[in-house]
Amino acid sequence: MAQIPFSYVWRNLQTRKVTTLLTAGGMALVVFVYATVLMMEAGLQQTLVQTGSYDNVTVIRKGSQTEVQSGVDREQANILESQPEVAIGQDGQKLFAKESVVLITMPRRDDGKPANVIIRGTDDKGFTLRPQVQLMQGRMFRPGSNEVIAGRAIAERFRGAGIGEKIKFGQREWTVVGVFDAGKTGFNSEIWADRDQAMQSFRRSSFSAATFKLANSSQFDALKKRMENDQRLTVELKRETQFYADQSRFMTAFISYLGLTLSVIFSIGAIIGAMITMYAAVANRVGEIGTLRALGFQRKGILWAFLTESLLLSLLGGVVGVIFASSLQWLTISTMNWQTFSELAFSFTLTGAIVVKSLIFSLIMGVVGGFLPAIRASRMKIVDALRAG
Amino acid sequence: MIGFVAKTALRNATRHRLRSALTVLGLVVAFLAFGLLRTVVNAWYAGADAASDARLVTRNAVSLVFPLPLSYRDRIRSVDGVESVAWGNWFGGVYIEESNFFPQFAIGGPYLDMYPEFQIPDDQRLAFERDQRGAIAGRKTAEKYGWQVGDVIPIKGTIFQGDWPFVLRGIYDGRDPGTDESQFFFHWKYLNESIKQRSPTRGDNVGFYVIEVSNPKRVAEISETIDERFQNSIAETLTETEKAFQLGFVAMTEAIVIAIEVVAYVVILIILAVLANTMAMSVRERTSEYATLKALGFSPLTVGSLIMLESIMLCAIGAGLAITLTYPAADGFARAVQDFLPVFQVAEETPYLQAGFAAIVAFIAAITPAIRAGNVTIVEGLRSVA
Repeated sequence: MAQIPFSYVWRNLQTRKVTTLLTAGGMALVVFVYATVLMMEAGLQQTLVQTGSYDNVTVIRKGSQTEVQSGVDREQANILESQPEVAIGQDGQKLFAKESVVLITMPRRDDGKPANVIIRGTDDKGFTLRPQVQLMQGRMFRPGSNEVIAGRAIAERFRGAGIGEKIKFGQREWTVVGVFDAGKTGFNSEIWADRDQAMQSFRRSSFSAATFKLANSSQFDALKKRMENDQRLTVELKRETQFYADQSRFMTAFISYLGLTLSVIFSIGAIIGAMITMYAAVANRVGEIGTLRALGFQRKGILWAFLTESLLLSLLGGVVGVIFASSLQWLTISTMNWQTFSELAFSFTLTGAIVVKSLIFSLIMGVVGGFLPAIRASRMKIVDALRAG
Repeated sequence: MIGFVAKTALRNATRHRLRSALTVLGLVVAFLAFGLLRTVVNAWYAGADAASDARLVTRNAVSLVFPLPLSYRDRIRSVDGVESVAWGNWFGGVYIEESNFFPQFAIGGPYLDMYPEFQIPDDQRLAFERDQRGAIAGRKTAEKYGWQVGDVIPIKGTIFQGDWPFVLRGIYDGRDPGTDESQFFFHWKYLNESIKQRSPTRGDNVGFYVIEVSNPKRVAEISETIDERFQNSIAETLTETEKAFQLGFVAMTEAIVIAIEVVAYVVILIILAVLANTMAMSVRERTSEYATLKALGFSPLTVGSLIMLESIMLCAIGAGLAITLTYPAADGFARAVQDFLPVFQVAEETPYLQAGFAAIVAFIAAITPAIRAGNVTIVEGLRSVA
């Protein structure tokens, strides 16, 4: 005997519009939350991982974890710069940026609440090493001046960081002469200034960190080993990509922890909702089930029909949830990164994998919620079922 | 009459045992989730809630990572209305491995006197004062790592390089349930001496000052005076109440707190969907019964209140169970998140909020089905098949 036609299942959902909508709506909310958390995680990871380049190496003081805490003195920086593994640029100079990174507190534009912003004192090497940083508006700061350029996310969100505005730090006033865009990277949440000027005004004698490009990417491990065992140095070398990925470990762990807990709790609620709906659907159609069985449809067919109904319901919820979640892509949120204590702006990022995961998640809810009711439907005896109808 | 309605509603609720049980279970999960999310949000603000309005914190105006000279101490103390001045440094060390996080402070001056909420036995306090390398830890941190008084605790510096072995001389308990019991204190003098040995220019700096004022009403005026005093100096200051200082930290992570709050309300929507679904289904099935009741002369109001009462009953059971479960669940959760949120406690108002939302959910879920049942015309209702 043939399978129960799909249209039977579909029409059943249509008949009970309110119930279908409420159940699917509950599931849509759950999928929405689930997808949102995944998107946040993806956005955060993308932002921090893309911030670095694989062939770049970041050098910080041993055990310091972040650039802000780190310190590399001039002598150590010079030793590092003289290594043969450091790439040489078109101008014949080493592609080696010695930078000074400090945190300052700035008021947000919308509510005036303070947040920590990174000031990166750098030079032209800093730009060469990070081709993703592009000037969007205005011009570059002049070396040796009190001029700065601000990342897009900072210019938009902080008072005094827009083009032509002034920022006060280190007992000086700095004029914002340009706004740069660094794609979806963490540099967008920084302000860049002339290194020597910045170091002077913050009374720093040593650099915070150094970044350089490898002439040959495969030399990294050997160089790392040699430098970290060098008696004259107290440094740690990391590929820039790894360095930034490490910075977000705490945040990513927190978000996935929270997200997982929420998704589990919520999905229990949604599964219960689906179960209630499906049990009611079975109870309402006892007579129908008897008739179907009497017509010769197998138990398996009945089971399949109810399970399909539940799956359709959850798929509907899943699709709606994902559609809502995808609208978040235009949203940029900013938060403090606990590891660096600095402001970090990132966007929700929807990937194909997240869509698939969300839909699978919703289908699992449908299977779990619909399985027991479908079993009950398929186990009914023809005589009893027909009598009840 | 009321007795009849109550009895019938109760019987209706128990007619579909499985469905009612599932509904109640769904409600329990959802209200429990709501309670826990509220607690997470509260825990976020715990530091600010426990902070005093009468204590001021002075820090470098540029940002916390910049120090202030120790010489500011006497100039702050001479400000009218300032009772006493203590100071500290954020240490940020690592205990064995990076994931073992607890806040460490090097403290100087009458710091512990200014925080009466940290309760330390007198003999331990004295032992701490006498030992240059002594340290005091909060009860929670001490228990987490199984420390006893007298243990040597090795901490690796990240901001201040090197190995720093401390001797645990005391364990403090929080005076209030909201007191943070995870902090770790040691002598600022010890830190300063070590820094001076390595690089003399970096010595005699403090991370922040804590100021006690004689009259809490004058905090605004006093903090202004302090900041004016250091204007245009090498290190300009920013003075605010401890509460404002803590809230500043919270504000930086506000996006996440807001997200959690939004989620808490989404939970309520889900609850609503589950319960509304149950009520709508029940009413549809019983249309002919309601028509019969009306044919017997019961008013639409009575029929409607039957449904309303059933919804309220389900909600009351669900919310009641959820509220009872919130406390043990929060305890379990607290252990899991103690690194992020040292104070994790169900706030007093949380059960009331849960109950309040339960009432609202019960009402909204039942209102449409109740009206529909009340308005059913006898003829159509009797004819209808569920």
